[in-house]
Amino acid sequence: MILDFSVIGENLPQFLRGVGVTLQLLFVSLAVGFVWAVPLALMRVSSSPWLNLPAWFYTYVIRGTPMLVQLFLLYYGLAQFEAVRASLLWPWLSDATFCACLAFAINTSGYTAEIIAGCLKTTPPGEIEAARAAGMSRLQMYRRILLPSALRRALPQYSNEVVMMLHATSMASLVTLADITGVARTISAQYFLPFEAYLTAGAFYLALTFLLLWLFKVAERRWLAHLRPQRR
Amino acid sequence: MVKLEVDDLYKRYGAHEVLKGVSLKAVAGDVISVIGSSGSGKSTLLRCINLLEQPNAGRIVLDGEELRLVPAKDGTLRAADRKQLQRLRSRLAMVFQHFNLWSHMTALENVIEVPVHVLGVPKKEAIERAEHYLAKVGVAHRKNAYPAHMSGGEQQRVAIARALAVEPEVMLFDEPTSALDPELVGEVLKVMRDLAQEGRTMIVVTHEMGFAREVSTHVMFLHQGLVEEEGNPREVLAHPRSERLQQFLSGNLK
Repeated sequence: MILDFSVIGENLPQFLRGVGVTLQLLFVSLAVGFVWAVPLALMRVSSSPWLNLPAWFYTYVIRGTPMLVQLFLLYYGLAQFEAVRASLLWPWLSDATFCACLAFAINTSGYTAEIIAGCLKTTPPGEIEAARAAGMSRLQMYRRILLPSALRRALPQYSNEVVMMLHATSMASLVTLADITGVARTISAQYFLPFEAYLTAGAFYLALTFLLLWLFKVAERRWLAHLRPQRR
Repeated sequence: MVKLEVDDLYKRYGAHEVLKGVSLKAVAGDVISVIGSSGSGKSTLLRCINLLEQPNAGRIVLDGEELRLVPAKDGTLRAADRKQLQRLRSRLAMVFQHFNLWSHMTALENVIEVPVHVLGVPKKEAIERAEHYLAKVGVAHRKNAYPAHMSGGEQQRVAIARALAVEPEVMLFDEPTSALDPELVGEVLKVMRDLAQEGRTMIVVTHEMGFAREVSTHVMFLHQGLVEEEGNPREVLAHPRSERLQQFLSGNLK
């Protein structure tokens, strides 16, 4: 078996642009998904069924269906309807990057909301009691005690979610985008070198995963110091 | 000057009556020890004062201001005005059995939290005040430590500093030494003794008979939700009149 990496070398700029596209998809969807996940998580821990049930239903549906199906529904499915094509949103909904970001954001928001809700629920009751006894309002309690504490404890689980999302962005290649996987597909088809092309793609994902995990390690050292066993 | 007045407090859990009409009056400088066996209602009494538990009947007056209560559907009383409750709570600092420090904050951050974010004290001033109180309870050197990295005695002293930092009218102590290793009890009791000598108004639910006898100005013995006996601790504890208190003390001799 002879591997030919010269083609990969020639097409390296394309791969680097692919990395750019992948990172853009990742960060936009994570940012939007996170902002959306916090209120969802708060709804999920509410004792009012009017708040809790819709959020439960949302995360149940999102986590209960494959992301690829969600992406195809948004990008291919919606275009079927005349009303959508005629609407003001069409310029966005016909754009593959927008649809991919939206689908990924919706997907990660479901998972992230459950992670944060789980951490909110495991806040030590004594800490909440101390906040109440000190005269904090509900808003202050969430802003100062519950959320800061829960978001910190969510970091290890959230780092998994981020890595999974990085890998999930490869689905963008199926809606015409030239992310890392998309570039690999093109090169594989052009030169008929699937092994070299996908191996290179894998190497880029591996490097990005390593970088992300390192960033989380730094973040955990900073924000989870209070839970680390101490050397004395 | 009467700081805190609790009038005829009742508390039920379902059919079980925990408090059956308990009253209490604390004049400025009073240190009231509340003693009794477990299940006597002493912690519930304390927790009803700042409405961590909702009483079924009764009146709570702090510094001449009555906490306005309205009945809820389940028969308990709720604060009529959330803002008033929050304001009164911020003047009634509580120290818990299990410390209940905020685990994601350092000792110093725990102590400045309420002054800065509830009382609106400027941060710089709050830090100065916090350092003063941390030094006073002897844990200034641990100000940047997280609760999980401190001993139980240190955590409880930080919790006392957190309570002091709001400069409360009345301090409520809920079995503050019960969760501590025996050798750490002394350091916390010493801090509380100093506070009592400064003339702070304190209500202390405790099992420490030595503290009740030597430090408090008044002792209340609760039994099955009622005040069985109360008065000057030296008299009440040395010459208990009721059989219940005699039994309780003989099991608690120190």
